[in-house]
Amino acid sequence: MKPLIESDRFVRVGAPLLIGALLLGVWEYACRHWAVPVYLFPKPSDIYGSLAKDWYPLLGALYVTMKVTFQAFFFAVLLGTLIAFMFVQSRFIEISFFPYAVLLQVTPIVAIAPLIIILVKNTQVALTVCATLVALFPMISNTTIGLRSVDQGLQNLFRMNKANRTATLLRLRIPSALPYFFAGLRISSGLALIGAVVAEFVAGTGGRSSGLAYEILQAGFQLDIPRMFAALLLIAVAGILMFVLMAGLSKLALGGWHESEITAET
Amino acid sequence: MTAGHATPTEPAPPVVEVLSATKTFADGTKALAPVDLSIRDGEFLTLIGPSGCGKSTLLKLVANLIEPTDGRLVWWRGGFDQVGEAGKKLAFVFQDATLMPWSRIEANVRLPLDLAGVPKSVSAPKVADALKRVGLDGFGDRYPRQLSGGMRMRVSIARALVTDPNLLLMDEPFGALDEFTRNKLDADLLALWWERKLTSVFVTHSIYEAVFLSTRVAVMAARPGRIFKVMEIDEPMPRDESFRESARFADLCRQLSAWLADASLPQRSSAMDPDA
Ligand SMILES: Nc1ncnc2c1ncn2[C@@H]1O[C@H](COP(=O)(O)OP(=O)(O)OP(=O)(O)O)[C@@H](O)[C@H]1O
Ligand SMILES: [Mg+2]
Repeated sequence: MKPLIESDRFVRVGAPLLIGALLLGVWEYACRHWAVPVYLFPKPSDIYGSLAKDWYPLLGALYVTMKVTFQAFFFAVLLGTLIAFMFVQSRFIEISFFPYAVLLQVTPIVAIAPLIIILVKNTQVALTVCATLVALFPMISNTTIGLRSVDQGLQNLFRMNKANRTATLLRLRIPSALPYFFAGLRISSGLALIGAVVAEFVAGTGGRSSGLAYEILQAGFQLDIPRMFAALLLIAVAGILMFVLMAGLSKLALGGWHESEITAET
Repeated sequence: MTAGHATPTEPAPPVVEVLSATKTFADGTKALAPVDLSIRDGEFLTLIGPSGCGKSTLLKLVANLIEPTDGRLVWWRGGFDQVGEAGKKLAFVFQDATLMPWSRIEANVRLPLDLAGVPKSVSAPKVADALKRVGLDGFGDRYPRQLSGGMRMRVSIARALVTDPNLLLMDEPFGALDEFTRNKLDADLLALWWERKLTSVFVTHSIYEAVFLSTRVAVMAARPGRIFKVMEIDEPMPRDESFRESARFADLCRQLSAWLADASLPQRSSAMDPDA
């Protein structure tokens, strides 16, 4: 049997946890040692206390934010994939529309969010639109590149066997695109969360929101700094969970064959 | 097959005829000067020549993967549209194995049958048979990455054999393998060819491989690519390792080597050479 420290799984989970615990300890100690006031910088125990006390509104806010995030992510994946398929169908479509996709990407969402929130009456819908816009581009560009990066030899093989368009798409293009698609999912899922939070901030300043960003704003106004940190913590945890979920999906789909998902053999 | 049309006295018609075909690529590269070549029924023809002389290009023309700039090709006395019908099937083994990494070996070999709409109940025994032929039975449920380079190449050959082709085109299939494995695969390939009387066109850089396998060797020269000399090798089949050690084998290799050296010399007349 291998010693515990050499076991890969133990190190992968254990090492980050250990570092985390250490940092929390130092943080707690430093705050107590220099008696940092809680409204300047709360101790981990203060944040925990706030979580324990206000868990109900905080979880409610988390639910609101995650709902927007998942909706936006869903639409980004759906639209992004559809647009990518259109792009690879016709060079003309790609040339005509790609600059606008880039435009979408480079326009800061904080700049257009107020406009969208004014234009769209329903706050929930407005937030989803904003977050979708943020998450859309990686899906478009990754899936397009994926659908295009088909091995030349395999393409010749399919042509020699007189494969029709549908067969080539299903058996060759889509499998070739999957690794890129999943890379897109990882980026996009993170961006959907960021988009949702940013849009909530913008909406929250107008008093029309109820998600985690709104919690942060409110806590800031009331100088309830531990609660602010607690909300922040929830956002971070949600982001990590999204990432882990996408990594798992990717592993499930590509684990059998793609280099990125194969653990090095010793 | 083709024998049905021909009377005993009449030789079988050529499988593919390349009629004054040239190829100039879009960037102006003159890959092939007019080439005339007739691929005979049942022969093992090898193309050999310096790198860049147009061997792959010629093979791709025969597979209709590219079109000639000038001249034309005839397949079984007709156009390419009838290729793929019974008795007129063509298969290509590429320089690298070209397997789908997301599919198991079995599915990779089955691909040509799947694309032709053959039901699984019919294709499954054929796939098993093809894998057995190349010595890979029991590997059907592996993924390509789990096999060695030589095994992958054999999968690629199994995939070519599964359709029961009448013409097998191979572009340096064993180029990346060590001498020993290559000799072994050559012997297997020759046995297969002999068993099936499968018309084959083979590209290689190895003089020994060319002499060992072929009934005919075409030496090609570069700039522009053309057929420089043709050698008939009437050594009886089936051949085995004792042929490799014979004096005749050594003679043929020496002759071929001399021709290759001539073919690799820069051409004196610059009229045909755009790069001179
Ligand atoms: N798609 C292409 N576009 C432009 N030039 C090409 C293309 N394919 C091949 N060529 C050129 O055509 C010539 C013949 O190429 P080809 O691949 O047929 O050579 P080859 O005899 O197979 O060489 P090797 O033994 O190295 O494989 C070369 O000069 C090459 O640069
Ligand atoms: Mg070549």
